[in-house]
Amino acid sequence: MMYKEILIRYGELSTKGRNKKDFIYRLRENIRYSFSDLAPLKIRTERDRMFIETETPERQEQLVTRLPKIFGIQSFSLVASAEKDMQAIKAVAHTIMAQYGEVTFKVEVKRSDKSFHMDTHEIQRDLGGYLLSNFQNLSVDVKKPQVPLRVEIREDAAYIMAGIIKGAGGMPVGSNGKSLLMLSGGIDSPVAAYLMMKRGVRIEAIHFFSPPYTSQNSLQKVMDLTNICTQFGARIRLHIIPFTEIQTLIKDRVPENLSMTTTRRMMLKVADKVRQEIDALGIVTGESLGQVASQTLHSMTAINEVTSTPVLRPLLSYDKNEIIDIAKEIGTYETSIQPYEDCCTVFTPANPATKPKLEKVEYYESMTEFDDLIDKAVRNREMHIFPRKEQKADKFAALL
Amino acid sequence: MIYLDNSATTKVHDSVLESFIQVNKQFFGNPASIHEMGVESNMLLMRARTQIAQLVNTTPEQVIFTSGGTESNNFAFYGVVKANEHKGRHIITTAVEHPCILEAAKRLAAEGYEVDYLSVDEHGVISLEELRQKVRKDTILVSIMHVNNEMGAIMPIEQAAQIIHDNSRAVFHVDAIQSFGKLPITLTDGPDIISVSGHKIHALKGSGILAMKEHIQIAPFIVGGGQEFGLRSGTVAVPNAVAFAKAARIVIEEMPQKVAQYRKWREQLFKLFATFGEQVNVISPAQGAPHIVSVGIAGLKGEILINALQKEGIIVSTSSACSSKQTKTSHVIEALNVEQKYKDGVIRISFGANNTDEDIAQFQQVFTQLMHQLKGEHIK
Repeated sequence: MMYKEILIRYGELSTKGRNKKDFIYRLRENIRYSFSDLAPLKIRTERDRMFIETETPERQEQLVTRLPKIFGIQSFSLVASAEKDMQAIKAVAHTIMAQYGEVTFKVEVKRSDKSFHMDTHEIQRDLGGYLLSNFQNLSVDVKKPQVPLRVEIREDAAYIMAGIIKGAGGMPVGSNGKSLLMLSGGIDSPVAAYLMMKRGVRIEAIHFFSPPYTSQNSLQKVMDLTNICTQFGARIRLHIIPFTEIQTLIKDRVPENLSMTTTRRMMLKVADKVRQEIDALGIVTGESLGQVASQTLHSMTAINEVTSTPVLRPLLSYDKNEIIDIAKEIGTYETSIQPYEDCCTVFTPANPATKPKLEKVEYYESMTEFDDLIDKAVRNREMHIFPRKEQKADKFAALL
Repeated sequence: MIYLDNSATTKVHDSVLESFIQVNKQFFGNPASIHEMGVESNMLLMRARTQIAQLVNTTPEQVIFTSGGTESNNFAFYGVVKANEHKGRHIITTAVEHPCILEAAKRLAAEGYEVDYLSVDEHGVISLEELRQKVRKDTILVSIMHVNNEMGAIMPIEQAAQIIHDNSRAVFHVDAIQSFGKLPITLTDGPDIISVSGHKIHALKGSGILAMKEHIQIAPFIVGGGQEFGLRSGTVAVPNAVAFAKAARIVIEEMPQKVAQYRKWREQLFKLFATFGEQVNVISPAQGAPHIVSVGIAGLKGEILINALQKEGIIVSTSSACSSKQTKTSHVIEALNVEQKYKDGVIRISFGANNTDEDIAQFQQVFTQLMHQLKGEHIK
């Protein structure tokens, strides 16, 4: 059946008081962004909900497929319209209810057009009675109906809806500021990106590239992951830091068991510089407590010491398996597990300190001048914006 | 030359051969290598796999490249049985399968598995009732060919799937080697696993696939380096896989139009053979596959007719290429209860993508002529 529009409920957003206007604006822009490859949507916003016209069956299909991925939408419903006439309303309600089997239902009526000749209760009784006498499989449950059939009598027409489709929840990306994500190419960091975006944080990503110790493939993998993350409703800029020089210097100057701690500290310093330049508020990592030597509370404290910028760790209390489940759900897992060396694995010492002593780390670092190299790395970074507009020419197409 | 033995093998499509050559030249890296060439090869392999998965309605991870139909069928038998032997040791197949199924069944029978064979009626089709009776709780594998290679009978795959899945936990394997590209067959039409061979669909010899529904698990048959998700070791022949994917796409895309042609030719031949009365017995069922016509000639050895047709530039075969070199009557012809006088004179005409209306007209003319020349001498 052809519906007229889709009603979007904001959910959590509705409770955010005076910031609401910005939030709604953000959500509308994010929805438009998600459909930027198609003809512009006709969107109408109200205080606590939003309407998108379905226009054509194809458009309706696209909306139903893509809307569940966009953060800030609690749920949405397909809405049919009818003339403001009980006969017409009944006919549409009949078509909608015919899709259900054995269910309990309830008719809810909202009459904003007070000139309509029947009042709320009369409409409820008339329509409910009509449906009950036409469908054997329906029964009424006013407290917890499985299918709430909602009828709204507005100025222009009557609107009728039943099914509720769950949205992604969360808040519109961008409504909670911007942070810089440290993206390694593993399983965790894309999941961290996802969770932060879900809470409305806009993401830019930073990746440390150490050729020839890490290959073009591992970089490609990071780009692919960034691209996947853009499907949650926002563009993402990726900063690629040339890290070979710093990394090899650390290996030369810092004892092996502390080199990992120093490497992380240098990365965080670089990230903080980039964060400053791009006006981001925090730094996001995919760290999960105790997962590896660098992620013990002792290590994190020693690493975190280089900055006072908030380091956000959305996965801190997650088990690996929980992270993997989310990665699979959001479609980053298969890409993440491609077996390429990344900068975290290539210089890993055999026995990294799990309780690095900050004084010792600082002592060894003080003997080497890292700051210039850090500035140079930040200066020489490469930047890419995702999703990529132009597709790479498909050299395989003719073969297949 | 008019080639009418497409059920034995087909000529590689030019464009498929071109892909094969280009992949050999440009993307010869081992898809398991981690250098750029390997990665590129692997990406291409994944593309081929994905294309095939889409054609048979499954996920790419469920498409395994093999060396051809025989390996696919052997693999399906061994792989399903070894992965499911904790559920039972009973196998069902039919009396008219290709030898690569029957021999695999025999081998497993020798290992102590119980194998039941379904018989076929005079049209070469199994009885669903017999299947229903034979399926048991401990049946682990049912293997039924979609189209018989010797005479083109079509088996009721969808209904069989229903019976098998309602009454057992068995995996349903379908040998789709003769039917792929001639009849719709995908993993949403009933089977759990299908075998397809490359050289029957104008791809290269030495290529094939085993495609499985999601969640179907089988044990590896060839072991080694763990390629193909650990299920089929051996460096994957990427050029073959790409050629297969292209040929499969072409054969499916062209299916409606080609099948309409095959049906037309088949009807023409049925009409022609009817004019010879008792002398020619059409063995292929009227409801059979569109591209295969098998006939028995009374009192005439198949070999003689094949030689005579060949002299006139027409290539057909006796019942099947595999059994045509053996002198004994094929097991399929035996299973059909064909009258004795026709048994030695079975020939199979099978159409392919390159045949034309003229080919069929020429065949009709030559066949008629030969029947008049040959009959006096050879009819007993």
